[in-house]
Amino acid sequence: MSHWLIYRTFWDLTVSGIVLGLIYALVALGYTMVYGVLRLINFAHSEIFMVGTFGVLISLTKVFGISLFDDGQYPYRSGFVLVAILVCSIIAAMVVSGAGAIVLERTAYRPLRGAGDAYGAVVLAFLTGLIASFLFSDHIMTNLAIAAVITGPVSFGYVRIFRRGRQAPRLAFLISAIGSSMAMAEAVATWGPEQRSVYTTPRVLEKKVLFNFLGADVRIDYVIVAIGAILMMTSLLLFVNRTRLGRGIRAVAQDAETARILGVNVNSVILVTFLLGGAMAGGAAMMFTLVYDQTRFNIGFLLGVKSFTAAVLGGIGNIKGALLGGIVLGLAENYGSSIFGGQWKDVIAFVVLLTVLMFRPTGILGESLGKARV
Amino acid sequence: MKKSNLLRAGAVLVSLSFVGVACGGSDNAASDTTAAMSTEVTCDAPVASIALQFPETGDAANLGAPMLKGAQLAVDQYNAANADACVTLKTFDTQGDPAKAPAVAQAVVSDATILGLVGPGFSGESKAALPLYDEAGLATITGSATNAELQNAGFKVFHRILANDAVQGPAIAKYISETLKPASVGIIDDASDYGKGLADAVKTAAGATVKASDSIDPKAADFSAAVSKMKDANPEVIFYGGYYGEAVKLSTQLRDAGVKSTLVFGDGVKDQAGYADAAGPAAEGALIACPCKDGDATFVAAWTAKYNEVPGTYGAEYYDAANVLLNVIKAGAKDRAAVQTAVNAYDAAGITKQIKFTENGEATEAATIYMYKVEGGKITYVADIK
Amino acid sequence: MSLTESFRQRTTPQLQLGNRFRALPRSAKWSLSALLIAALYLTPYWPDVPVLGWIINTPGTSFENVLTDQIMMFILVALGLNVVVGFAGLLDLGYVGFYAVGAYTTAVVTSGQFTLPWIAALPLSVIMAMIAGVILGTPTLRLRGDYLAIVTLGFGEIIRITANNSNWLGGPRGISKIARPPSIGPLQFGVLNAKPYWYLGFTVILIVIFVLTRLENSRVGRAWAAVREDEDAAELMGVDTFKFKLWAFAIGAAIGGLAGSLYASKVGFINPDNFQLQLSILFLAAVVLGGTGSMYGVIMGGFLVAWIPERFRGFSTRRYFVFGVVLVLVMVFRPQGIIPRRGAAAGIAKKGESDV
Repeated sequence: MSHWLIYRTFWDLTVSGIVLGLIYALVALGYTMVYGVLRLINFAHSEIFMVGTFGVLISLTKVFGISLFDDGQYPYRSGFVLVAILVCSIIAAMVVSGAGAIVLERTAYRPLRGAGDAYGAVVLAFLTGLIASFLFSDHIMTNLAIAAVITGPVSFGYVRIFRRGRQAPRLAFLISAIGSSMAMAEAVATWGPEQRSVYTTPRVLEKKVLFNFLGADVRIDYVIVAIGAILMMTSLLLFVNRTRLGRGIRAVAQDAETARILGVNVNSVILVTFLLGGAMAGGAAMMFTLVYDQTRFNIGFLLGVKSFTAAVLGGIGNIKGALLGGIVLGLAENYGSSIFGGQWKDVIAFVVLLTVLMFRPTGILGESLGKARV
Repeated sequence: MKKSNLLRAGAVLVSLSFVGVACGGSDNAASDTTAAMSTEVTCDAPVASIALQFPETGDAANLGAPMLKGAQLAVDQYNAANADACVTLKTFDTQGDPAKAPAVAQAVVSDATILGLVGPGFSGESKAALPLYDEAGLATITGSATNAELQNAGFKVFHRILANDAVQGPAIAKYISETLKPASVGIIDDASDYGKGLADAVKTAAGATVKASDSIDPKAADFSAAVSKMKDANPEVIFYGGYYGEAVKLSTQLRDAGVKSTLVFGDGVKDQAGYADAAGPAAEGALIACPCKDGDATFVAAWTAKYNEVPGTYGAEYYDAANVLLNVIKAGAKDRAAVQTAVNAYDAAGITKQIKFTENGEATEAATIYMYKVEGGKITYVADIK
Repeated sequence: MSLTESFRQRTTPQLQLGNRFRALPRSAKWSLSALLIAALYLTPYWPDVPVLGWIINTPGTSFENVLTDQIMMFILVALGLNVVVGFAGLLDLGYVGFYAVGAYTTAVVTSGQFTLPWIAALPLSVIMAMIAGVILGTPTLRLRGDYLAIVTLGFGEIIRITANNSNWLGGPRGISKIARPPSIGPLQFGVLNAKPYWYLGFTVILIVIFVLTRLENSRVGRAWAAVREDEDAAELMGVDTFKFKLWAFAIGAAIGGLAGSLYASKVGFINPDNFQLQLSILFLAAVVLGGTGSMYGVIMGGFLVAWIPERFRGFSTRRYFVFGVVLVLVMVFRPQGIIPRRGAAAGIAKKGESDV
């Protein structure tokens, strides 16, 4: 029975697999670009995606004031209003995620590269003050006040302790990433209004079936995801290949030391890389909420692991590889779950990865952000 | 240069935190109630205390919150009525994690003022913690761990106030076959101890009518493989064994894919805010079986007055479970052995049922499962399944 | 890195303490070590000591059990993972898989499918974990750095999901009534008294430290160091890098299996939820936090990672936020870990080019 099922639902699985794959691919871009430039697994990128989904939620519910349901029905909008809402929420998500990525870079990574600056020191001092204040008070306002008072003097101290010019071992970056990932997710879980529960995002787009493709329903949200993802990736490719800053990114990815000598400001290139990766994650966050209508504090973790898998599958450091890896992974998961059962989904994903790496040790398209052939 | 950078960065951060304060202002009330809940009720000279072992933090914390609220409500009401002999509720967080349960259980056991325990919240942590409680002779009453092996594991102190999965599964299957009479059934589970256990029980009882079955990964967001399978089989009824968080996603994705089957769930989904309010139109018409009862109007009113929300899943059971221990202590049980004996002999009306335990710790009235339906966005009682 | 900087790195207070200890006469060394070991054997009693007790005791949960169920396991696991990450420089994000293999072997052979005695289950678990290490290592160790990380991460998940979907392994219900160590005289391995488990576990930790110290200073240890610092150079110098990497994997896996086996027999119940992916990450955090490659560092790291969230239970739901921030702060201000490897500064002279 299950052998025939895959044939009957093949196109259905293909369509939803590609949609999921495109979301993986957008998140994978953040991993792949940071990896290309810093040779670092940016573990906290999953939480950059997560805060993006909250950016969408806030923009929908707070800015536009859309309630979850109107009289038990979805609060559908149409025409110009709908377009305005969608555009604003994707901008909100990109801004929130991009800002998150920059704060992350300045706070958790830059000091480890031996280039710690005042911004990182202030955030770290604030966080130190915040956790110290938990010893005295349970009330968040009091905590914030204590933290704000402590921030000043402590940040002066921190700037002084930063080990300038000394690069930390790579594992330190990884643990710093894991720590900030944990802190971000837990902050949302602790201080978000619904805490650890699932947040449903208002559904403004009616998910009409646009056309039927060999028996599979292609819905409007799928089409938006496909067009949006392709647009974002194309503009990213153009940016990296055609602009001055993009050339800087490629130069640093190829050889950071030489790029520095040739006058590239490595730190600002890294910042831009994080910003771009964050913005892509924000776009993915918007697409994600559009299709799945929900978010949660830990929504990023598994999606992040899968997206990183997609990045490695396609060839980490390779922008086109991220797209290919994402789609291959999304499809493999869908087909595999259909044949072996959904409980084996993650096993299938990793077995596909392992098989590909056996035959192509650097992924399907190979590593190449620096090789100019992006 | 360095200084001015620092100042600038500081200014940015301070202004950001002001924005945070402004936005967070409205949430003050919420955080205040949480703070008030986790602290113990003012009780100056407690005669005894009871413990609650449950997931306060961690991924399952949303399921733990009603457990605490239910038990806390019972203790608060008791203390208001018995100010001269008040009892404290001590809460112990396991995160629902079996690895943390023994250490927590040991801490419960070594606190000599604790005479009985409400919980543990989940079946996994029960299996890890019950050996310690058994050894210490500390009576436990759970209102949520419904695994069908616990009662046969030989723990004398184990008590359970609601029907286990071995009762619930066949009852659901019976309701499906006798009331809904579908030609075909689809079964989905979340591969968890609870969800798979329940789904397997339904699957066995439903027999040949089962046309399609699948498991989902509850941590994933996308269930399209399972949805496609159901869309292809197009069963008249789909049963899902799992918790409400995934039920919301699953219902929405099934409806979006155009699957019109009647959705049937187990007790893990019976949560007004968590399921019916969150899934909206996609939840409409869904049937939810539960060994739990809503509790009477007085209880619902008291809960709503205290927490400003409707009772959550297992809230009424935890209220009842805490009341059993409180009543036993009031009746004069002064040590753990006395509490254990008194709980075994307990026979009085609770808000969910007449509470009386069999020899292996199950509630005698735990044979009945209640069926609820989402109507007009509200989970409303439909029928008893005997 | 300039010479003065690396000099400064070596003279941090911890290392001075170590150097001072090494400078002591032999007899003083022995008696100090014996005193320290005796004090550590008595760790379960530390909460009763006035000031120390206030610092170390864990509110809302029993310190004795936190010590045996979590701290002990994290220390053992950190020691094992340190062989892979610290000695051989291989990034393993799926170490929980070996821990699971050990725990499940003990569970299955003593309670699930067979009824072997505990004393037979323990070595069997170690061997099974070792085999798992070789099976995983053979195809994957040819991959480099971060590719290895994601593949091992997948391996850890595969083990957990397989256990969750296999009835033979108890499925999501898990396996209970796992055999406890046999009681000998006053050492009663029961339910309510966790102290004997610590005496057993600490003895195991001491043996593992002894074996690993010998190994680190042997030909194998030097080969690992060569692989870690520069794999290509090591290969050119005639070191069979693949063989030594596989050894590191297998030995690391064996210690992970040992920890899993002890855990299963202490708690008496396991299910797949015990072996979540997040645990692998915490294991790695323990190693790096303490000081990659430094045996005493990773012991400290293992202790801290298990202990901090329990000690600060008073922070309630915020304690994992605190933990995350602490990880970042430690990495920013002590990137080599709390107790760095001796000569670590020299080893990293290649500006972070090596994996560790």
